[in-house]
Amino acid sequence: MRKVSWGLILVLIVGLILAACAAPVAAPAGGGQAAATEAAAEAESAGPIRVALLMPSTINDISWSQSMYVSLKELQDELGADKLEIAYSENMFNVPDAAAAIRDYASSGYNLVIAHGAQYGDSLMDIAPDFPDVSFAWGTTTRTGKDQGIENIFAYEPRGDQAGYVTGVLAAKLTKSKIIGLVGPVDAGDAKLHVDGFLAGVKATDPDVKVNVSFTGSFGDTALAAEAANTHIRAGADVLTGSAQQVVGAIGVAKENGVPWLGVQADQSTAAPEIVLASAIYDWTQLLRDIIAMREAGTMGGEVLQLTYANGGIRTIYSDALPAEAVEAAKAAEAGLADGSITIVVEPR
Amino acid sequence: MFHEFLSVATLIGIANSGVRLATPYLYAALGEMFGQRSGVLNLGVEGVMLMGAFAAYYTVYIGGDPWLGVLAAIIVGALMGLLMALISVTMQAQQGISGIGLTLFGVGLSSLLLKVLVGSPIGISGFSTWKVPGLNSIPVIGPIFFEHNILVYIAYLLVPVSLYVLYRTTFGLKIRAVGQNPEAADSLGVRVNAVRYGTVMLGSAMAGIAGASLSIGLLNIFQENMTNGLGFIAVALVYFGGWRPLGVLIGALLFSTVNALQLWMQVLGVPIPSDLAVMMPYLLTIVVLAVGGQRIRQPAALTKPYERGE
Repeated sequence: MRKVSWGLILVLIVGLILAACAAPVAAPAGGGQAAATEAAAEAESAGPIRVALLMPSTINDISWSQSMYVSLKELQDELGADKLEIAYSENMFNVPDAAAAIRDYASSGYNLVIAHGAQYGDSLMDIAPDFPDVSFAWGTTTRTGKDQGIENIFAYEPRGDQAGYVTGVLAAKLTKSKIIGLVGPVDAGDAKLHVDGFLAGVKATDPDVKVNVSFTGSFGDTALAAEAANTHIRAGADVLTGSAQQVVGAIGVAKENGVPWLGVQADQSTAAPEIVLASAIYDWTQLLRDIIAMREAGTMGGEVLQLTYANGGIRTIYSDALPAEAVEAAKAAEAGLADGSITIVVEPR
Repeated sequence: MFHEFLSVATLIGIANSGVRLATPYLYAALGEMFGQRSGVLNLGVEGVMLMGAFAAYYTVYIGGDPWLGVLAAIIVGALMGLLMALISVTMQAQQGISGIGLTLFGVGLSSLLLKVLVGSPIGISGFSTWKVPGLNSIPVIGPIFFEHNILVYIAYLLVPVSLYVLYRTTFGLKIRAVGQNPEAADSLGVRVNAVRYGTVMLGSAMAGIAGASLSIGLLNIFQENMTNGLGFIAVALVYFGGWRPLGVLIGALLFSTVNALQLWMQVLGVPIPSDLAVMMPYLLTIVVLAVGGQRIRQPAALTKPYERGE
């Protein structure tokens, strides 16, 4: 008996700790149960807009999840905490956990629930019709479910190919060995868009430059991403790039070897300012403003929104250490993508 | 592209990567082996590694010497081991579940600590590559084995050390006795639970170094859940290696070298889908286990808590 009970107690304690960690974090405080029912009861227009965010990774992953969280925070600073309430859940990579959390948020008075990952789509299509007063948003996708009669889902799609293209132009200008290494996660979704755009950008700038592409098969395999960076460097690459949260491993290796790194999604220069020479960041603030405005005007969903260089949703931040000529070329590419004079030609790999 | 792939430089590159990648597995699996030889299965390796990795990272982050970071990883690892031993040896909780609990605890706490104490991951300067003077100029062998950071070399030195401890010392004899037949060992005056406390703490301290070998050795950065299942592979390698140091070494090297091979295949553009490439090390491990396994019996008292007959 004694053994069994100890094991059980341990499991229960761990379960509780985990539940506490995974539980929705309300920021600012005061988003308790009472406030939730109150907000639901009150007319929506009167109270603050309450936004819940679910992320596959964490708010400090220096990539996909962090970019959305940072934008939401910026918007809150701009509008004031009394106008915009934020709650978020991290590490929701598994869809069943996320689906439960989405339902929780929707039923506790949140006005907008952002499911920040392509894997959440099918769950959203199930859940959204049960909560007609709540708007949902997800991406990377163009699927809003409008064709199935679902009216309250916004779809968003960051043009990772544009971010990749500008980064590719920059990389092609920087490389002296004419070999660039790309540390990718999986060859799908936003990561695939990024790789395709990157290759097009390099090719348009200097067709002689070779891009070696590798994938780790995961978003979080930091150790393998690091070894991929080692491999690229050994194979002659003198500029590295890549995407997903695992790239911190590759950035660590790039730093050790003094090889420049070009980031994407979030500002990765915080990890190693001396070698992260540019980051094509996703700025979601305008997209979020648009969704909130549409909602207030009575459109609950059904729209597809993009992040592009044209609408300011993607912008590249450049380090002062970059040669002026390279930055000029990259900025020209930004302008060309924005005004439509550059179209990205994706070649089969 | 095939001729490029088969060049000497590439083959050296693959071997060099393989040797380096095996490092965290070696520390963690050799440590785990001691625990299992004494009868304790510790599935908490993953969590202990993360805590060790963070302890080492944070020590260096706030300005400490990398060696101080290793010390911090050892201390934190040993403390996690103490917790595991307390739960599974003294309180006799089911070992598998206790270990999973320890892993979840380590994953959660290390990520919380990163968020509170550091914020977003920031690169640090840990151990840099130290080419062994003289030895690194040997053709082929030099660039494969002697161009790494110091923690890599130590990991390989631990293989003969483990062999010695396990088979040539009284402590090793006690470990094996306790894992095979605790009742007999007890009747001969061996303090069964004390030995198990020792092996679990030793193993966890080594798992702590395994984490440090990532955060201040190979990667020079910490990220939440950066081990990404590596600790569980280390546990599998103990089975793979038949609970013997040399078996663990072979398993770790095989797994890492195939992983390095698939990375090089991708980098050099060998036309194979990346999804297939990343499966290679796992597939191979399964095949080897299926073909070569079953010959070696596990320690008889593995996963069985010891309670003295009254």
